[in-house]
Amino acid sequence: MAPGTKGSSKTAAGSGAPHAPSRRNFLRLLGGAAGVALVAPRKEAFAAEQEHSGPGNHPRPGPGETEESTNRLRRWAMVVDLRRCDGCTGLGLPPQCTQYCIWGRLVPEGQEWVEVYTVRTSEHLSPSEDGSPMCLPAFCMQCQNAPCANVCPVGATFHAPDGVVLIDQMRCIGCRLCMAACPYDRRFFNWSEPVQPDWVKKVPYEVRTQVPAIRGTVMKCDFCTERAAAGGLPFCVDGCPNGAIYFGDLEQDVATNGREIVKLSRFLEENHAFRYKEELGTEPRVWYIPGHGQLVREGQGSANPGAHRPLRERLEWPWRTLAAAARQGPREGATGQRSRG
Amino acid sequence: MAERVEELTLKPLEGISRRYLALVGCLLALVALGVYAYSRQLAQGLAVTGMAPTVNRVIWGLYVVNFVFFIGISHAGTLISAILRITRSRWRTPITRMAEFITVTALLVAGLFPIIDLGQPGRVLNVLRYGRWQSAILWDFLAITTYLTGSLLYLYLPLIPDLATCRDRLGGKISSLRHRLYRLLAMGWRGSPEQRRELQRGITVMMVTIVPVAVSVHTVVSWIFGMTLRPGWNSTAMGAYFVTGAIFSGVASVITVMALLRKAYRLEEIITPTHFVNLGYFLAAMGLIMVYFNLSDLLSAGYKLEGLEPLYLRQILTGSLAPFFWFYAFTLLLPGLVVLIPWTRRVGWIVFASVLVNIAMWLERYIIVVGTLRTPQMPYTSLARYIPTWVELAITAGGFALFALILAGFAKLVPVVSIWEVREHLEAARGAPGQAIAASGSPSESLGP
Repeated sequence: MAPGTKGSSKTAAGSGAPHAPSRRNFLRLLGGAAGVALVAPRKEAFAAEQEHSGPGNHPRPGPGETEESTNRLRRWAMVVDLRRCDGCTGLGLPPQCTQYCIWGRLVPEGQEWVEVYTVRTSEHLSPSEDGSPMCLPAFCMQCQNAPCANVCPVGATFHAPDGVVLIDQMRCIGCRLCMAACPYDRRFFNWSEPVQPDWVKKVPYEVRTQVPAIRGTVMKCDFCTERAAAGGLPFCVDGCPNGAIYFGDLEQDVATNGREIVKLSRFLEENHAFRYKEELGTEPRVWYIPGHGQLVREGQGSANPGAHRPLRERLEWPWRTLAAAARQGPREGATGQRSRG
Repeated sequence: MAERVEELTLKPLEGISRRYLALVGCLLALVALGVYAYSRQLAQGLAVTGMAPTVNRVIWGLYVVNFVFFIGISHAGTLISAILRITRSRWRTPITRMAEFITVTALLVAGLFPIIDLGQPGRVLNVLRYGRWQSAILWDFLAITTYLTGSLLYLYLPLIPDLATCRDRLGGKISSLRHRLYRLLAMGWRGSPEQRRELQRGITVMMVTIVPVAVSVHTVVSWIFGMTLRPGWNSTAMGAYFVTGAIFSGVASVITVMALLRKAYRLEEIITPTHFVNLGYFLAAMGLIMVYFNLSDLLSAGYKLEGLEPLYLRQILTGSLAPFFWFYAFTLLLPGLVVLIPWTRRVGWIVFASVLVNIAMWLERYIIVVGTLRTPQMPYTSLARYIPTWVELAITAGGFALFALILAGFAKLVPVVSIWEVREHLEAARGAPGQAIAASGSPSESLGP
């Protein structure tokens, strides 16, 4: 479907060892993202479909699906094995799911579509023996009873048939009622002109990849389904050094973290998976397996005693640096990175 | 006496004093400041507001607070005037016009704020183009436009005989353009029995229709908040609570505006202490209903302390919003105290209480909007920090100035007191010996028949 994305989808998958985000890695990811953005494969088809559909209802095939290819729709889902998530504190790195998401999806400066929260164990779920907090990477939950999609006045946020909640930034009026409604704070508003790489602005808009970002509209995680269409995995899954994040399809009952493949229903059941804020009735498509990074922290000893809080302040949005580098020429550009203020 | 009413109310329409010009100049300057601030926002996006640093937490700020506040005081008018008309409260006649002014003006200003708050104001027509009836914003859009249309009609119909009076009496004293405007708007009114009957019928239809529309407006405004899962908003009482709060702040603003116009136009003979005391009773009653709502809401949330409620309640009862909240709670009781104690049951005290109520109700809207949004609903360590920027403050000031400016314009264009209704009232009173006339402000004047 999107041949440009094919090569990049395996950048990080399968490289079992924890890896530091090197510049080379980043550039490879960026190349992949550029492929995603530039190919923009179904723009015309989408526009045509929009004309036929009423407001708030955008029937279109899911990624990798056409009516000829199969009658079965995908139902994308994520599972996070919290036993294997320490928020990358053990590596002394900022959360790599967030970082890869930013790099890969050209996330505008300041936004964390995937955000790693620190849950004090007294509040939720299974407490850990050593009192370390639970790290909880939160994606857009792709709620099936989505409060955001329910309240949108113009149908700019809607469910694709594969269950993923998308945003049409060309239609969004920026009222932010969806953000008020989202119980997970998983939506982001472009308060200013989004800081993204310069070339992105010239790309034709594509709803599946949300590029280019548009000022005064809302953005969020969309499960990277454009990559899934090309047989790849979401950037956060690729970025996780511990293989804690699984991406899968409820319909085919299968999920993978890029290293192993599991039968999704059994995986959830055997590991007592839960959904965050299940009681709200939003029907999320993200499951968590209770844990507090014990499988990762084992053997690390007390290399990082007390340093349990994810180093979110060290996340990098390198867009300004890249733009400056492009202006100054290739030589001087490599110094300094803009980090979150 | 009827002559005197005409004289008093028409006199200010004849000329423009220097003080009036100075007032309009100041208000225009403030509006210009607001427009300038908005131009900065258009150029740089909502990044210039205090919401931006909170990233995705306090996503609504002063603009939404002002929206809810102005929608609230828009209830002043039409609802109060309709209730008093329906109950045939005779003392109402000199104040209904002002109340209706406030409604229309407040709605016009209120309608600006959601658009100012939009990230993509140029796409506002998408609401018509792609509108989904599942969204509370569409309910608001429908209710507010209906209410504005109804309020304009309800302001206009009782205005027709007075416009005819202006046409007949002000000829030669005003510009020919204005005279032509009066002639056009008076629609050939001569006061024939047939015309009176038709007018009365029109007013009756409007006064009955406008009540459910007014109630619906503030109900659906509350549902913008009530249809979400957030603490402080997720309550079935929201609709009724907002309607009561709207009437409460509406009555307070009628009293405030009434006091200002009375002073400016020297209407002491027409607008008497009785009017202030009667509206004071109304205000006191609404305050007590507000106390009831707040108590039941706080108790049922505070008893169970479900989910995020403790965080929300702590910040408003003892935390950083506590000064606002307890000031607000005090002003709920203040009007009751003022009218209860004989020696505070005076114009000055009632106006003082009303001004405080207006301020408190604005702060209450702030607590509702910002207080809830600051409450962490994800595992954050602290409340979000929202500090309004100069742009938001300037636009807010501009909004209030615009409100005053439109009111001042109305007050120069048409009589601020419904001359014909006061006259009818006086005629009716003359036919009933022993009944003191309203305009004399006798204490025997009471609420309705």
